[in-house]
Amino acid sequence: MVSKKEARVGSEDKKGDLEVFLKMKESGGLSVEVKSSVEHMFGEKIRKKVKETLSDLGVKDAEASVNDMGALDYVIQARVETAVRRLSEAKITSSPEKRVSYGPPVRERLRRTRLYMPGNNPDLMRNGGLYGADCVILDLEDSVSPLEKDAARLLVRNTLLNIDFGGAERIVRINPLSTEFSREDLEVIVPAGPDTILIPKCEAASDVSDVADIIEGIEKDFGIKEKILLMPLIETAKGILNAFEISSASDRVIAICFGAEDFTADIGVERTREGAESFVARSLLVLGAKAAGVQAIDTVFSDFSDEEGLMKSTEEAMAMGFEGKGVIHPSQIEPVHRVFTPTAERIKYAKKVVAAIEDARKKGSGVASIGSKMVDAPIEKRARKILRLAEALGLLAGDDT
Amino acid sequence: MVRNALGRMIPEEIDGRKLKPFNGAHADHGGGRKAAPPIRAVVDYENKLKASLDEAIEACEIKDGMTISFHHHLRNGDHVINMVMDKLAERGLKGLTVAPSALFPVHEPLVSHIESGVITHIEGSMNGPVGKACSLGKMSKTCILRSHGGRYRAIQDGDLHIDVAFIAAPAADSFGNCNGMTGPSACGVMSYALADSQYADKVVVLTDNLVPFPNYPWVIRGGNVDHIAVVDKLGDPEQIVSGTTRITKSPTRLLIAKYAAQLVSDMGLIEEPEFSFQAGAGGISLAFTKYLGDMLRERGVKAAFARGGSNKFLVEMLEEGLTEYILDGQCFDGVGIRSLRENKNHIETDPFTSYCYHEKGNFATRVKAAVLGATEIDLDFNVNVNTHSDGWLLHGIGGFTDVCDAYCTIITAPLLRGRLSTIVESVTTVTAPGETVDILVTERGVAVNPARTDLLEKLKGTGLPLKSIAELRKMAVDIAGEPEKPEFEDRIVALIEYRDGTVIDTVRQLKV
Repeated sequence: MVSKKEARVGSEDKKGDLEVFLKMKESGGLSVEVKSSVEHMFGEKIRKKVKETLSDLGVKDAEASVNDMGALDYVIQARVETAVRRLSEAKITSSPEKRVSYGPPVRERLRRTRLYMPGNNPDLMRNGGLYGADCVILDLEDSVSPLEKDAARLLVRNTLLNIDFGGAERIVRINPLSTEFSREDLEVIVPAGPDTILIPKCEAASDVSDVADIIEGIEKDFGIKEKILLMPLIETAKGILNAFEISSASDRVIAICFGAEDFTADIGVERTREGAESFVARSLLVLGAKAAGVQAIDTVFSDFSDEEGLMKSTEEAMAMGFEGKGVIHPSQIEPVHRVFTPTAERIKYAKKVVAAIEDARKKGSGVASIGSKMVDAPIEKRARKILRLAEALGLLAGDDT
Repeated sequence: MVRNALGRMIPEEIDGRKLKPFNGAHADHGGGRKAAPPIRAVVDYENKLKASLDEAIEACEIKDGMTISFHHHLRNGDHVINMVMDKLAERGLKGLTVAPSALFPVHEPLVSHIESGVITHIEGSMNGPVGKACSLGKMSKTCILRSHGGRYRAIQDGDLHIDVAFIAAPAADSFGNCNGMTGPSACGVMSYALADSQYADKVVVLTDNLVPFPNYPWVIRGGNVDHIAVVDKLGDPEQIVSGTTRITKSPTRLLIAKYAAQLVSDMGLIEEPEFSFQAGAGGISLAFTKYLGDMLRERGVKAAFARGGSNKFLVEMLEEGLTEYILDGQCFDGVGIRSLRENKNHIETDPFTSYCYHEKGNFATRVKAAVLGATEIDLDFNVNVNTHSDGWLLHGIGGFTDVCDAYCTIITAPLLRGRLSTIVESVTTVTAPGETVDILVTERGVAVNPARTDLLEKLKGTGLPLKSIAELRKMAVDIAGEPEKPEFEDRIVALIEYRDGTVIDTVRQLKV
């Protein structure tokens, strides 16, 4: 068998991307040819970065030719490294530059919106933190073709190391454990320090605990102290029936999510705008999550031009007990946030409830009343939840009640 | 060479013309007398309608070295400039100056006339291929770039003397009364040709739509016109107006537009009794217009006027009652043209009343919020819309420096275009001085010119991501890296003339 000598990675039609042709040689050193949309301004820098990446990976003799569409250094590094990996029989280790730092993952936080971004698209991910989503999902699963999994993996790794997503939770969706990709996804992604791993197609507790075990091993190997969190995605009938077990399978789990597209396919029905076919499943999912003390997050609304439909679907999700929704386009963020933001009226009432019950407690009673309505512990609990949400959204400052 | 008020080196004289260095945006107070066209008599104008374009050209007695002018309302659909210049070249004329209010990619054939010496240089505006030819040093004389208001001023003040003006008129009568409202080549507003008609020695009107006298409204008045010639086609209607003015779909650009609209609202401008605004037809500007419309509707308030470039979205605001008037400088789509023709509150304006610096006040100073794009902006808020960061001269000024007279001038631009930062330490070419530019809105933050303490005060405590322009630049460089600067030859190929007639910067030949 002849070993592969040439590789091609990346796309020349994508803004911010770089297409690499790499040809390994026996001798002659490194030669790099650059074509770029910003050749006059960055041509030399691109050539240097390509060469530097090749040397860092131990490549001594090769011809590289690149078509650049304004790729940033970390994109260049990822594309070149992918090409080298495709041609190399030995296992490649690399230490790409890290330019951003984050605090440890936060369990309790707002997860009203999770913005999905395809993991092999440099331009979209670069600006992913600008639109105000509570969480961003860099996706290695459905939005990436099987032939590009390796390329997306390195690009997502480098994006995590280089791009500041502001206050957003940085989630990476890996490939399902049943595929050949998932282990390498974790090996590459975990050391880059995402907050959370989204595990697709979870059907049983072991789907979560297996991932948790792999992560623990990697964390140990790399001396990572912060515990990466887990967000199982449930998208089959079996998964729904195991929602509680999945939620309690690891203390890393902070939320479980519903995936309507795969679920409806699994039970053999059409997905509708109203979503009646998945109503019971979503309810069960909420119950499973709440019983385990984790958040429940609803599926995406897939027509981003239908704001009215999105609002309705979000209102329903909130009423059912979901804490957030998946979004597929930045324009969906604001409407979803609007729904999940408590109204001034609700905040005011919640404050009244808490004040009344605290007042009653001082007087030695566990029950208070507002007007003719009784206020007791569960009502207090709900009120405090609204106030916590209002506080997280900065809606309590400068208010006088 | 002398140093102007922005520190740019300006030659004292070029091509025998004495230059005045830029001395501050509002330092000039006018003076002197306006130019005047020759006095004519009706007795010589019994029949102005010529049998052909050739006959009209013949009657103008054009000689080597003359200045020929055109307007640009037919945009990339214009056939007239190429048609006339081809005919002048066929006649063996040499050394002509061409003075268009703008050029487009369709005018690429001018490059061969430049190479063969028919054209020595361009005064007014250059875009695309002709700009490229200028950057390469192909013109024997130095070009001059002027804003729309600056062009009117230069003609009025006698700095730009036009020997023969060729005016493309979508509708004209046999007396020479013109407008752009009807006919196969309708373009709506056509008033950029006003100065040409008032001050040129000879004025030729070309039309493909001869209408009965009197053609009213007469944007160009027949009393200023020497000859009228009918041609088959002024241009390609599909390219004259873009049939589709579309709002951008890019989330980044929408975010920028949203910040800009929020900014205008947060400053309290839209609630002021005489609120007015100007935004162009670019993707961000259209989205801004839409968001602003939503805000006006929500608050139940109405703008006193909107400055066009008119387009579908602006017309919808007019028809819904969100603005009392559109004061229009050009129509960007068919809806704009229709509205101009049918709605008495959609008013055609010309560069004299809207943009010119040497007049007794203009509309630009009455606009509350103006939203403009830019190629580069620097730490002093100086803006470049002419050259790219790689040094090529690729755009005219348009109304940019004139619009900057608004109460609040807002530049909207992505902080990063691909790998290029819009904010630079010092712009490649200064088009507009920083003292006239108030706010920069990018996807990663909003920077207010520190000289506008009043605006900063108004924006305190709003939810907008306020940053200094230096912070924004640092963000861009951190992400994308620092680009190499282009290399230039010594030779100056173009002057950037400020609206008052002083020279704000020069463009040098590119080293290639």
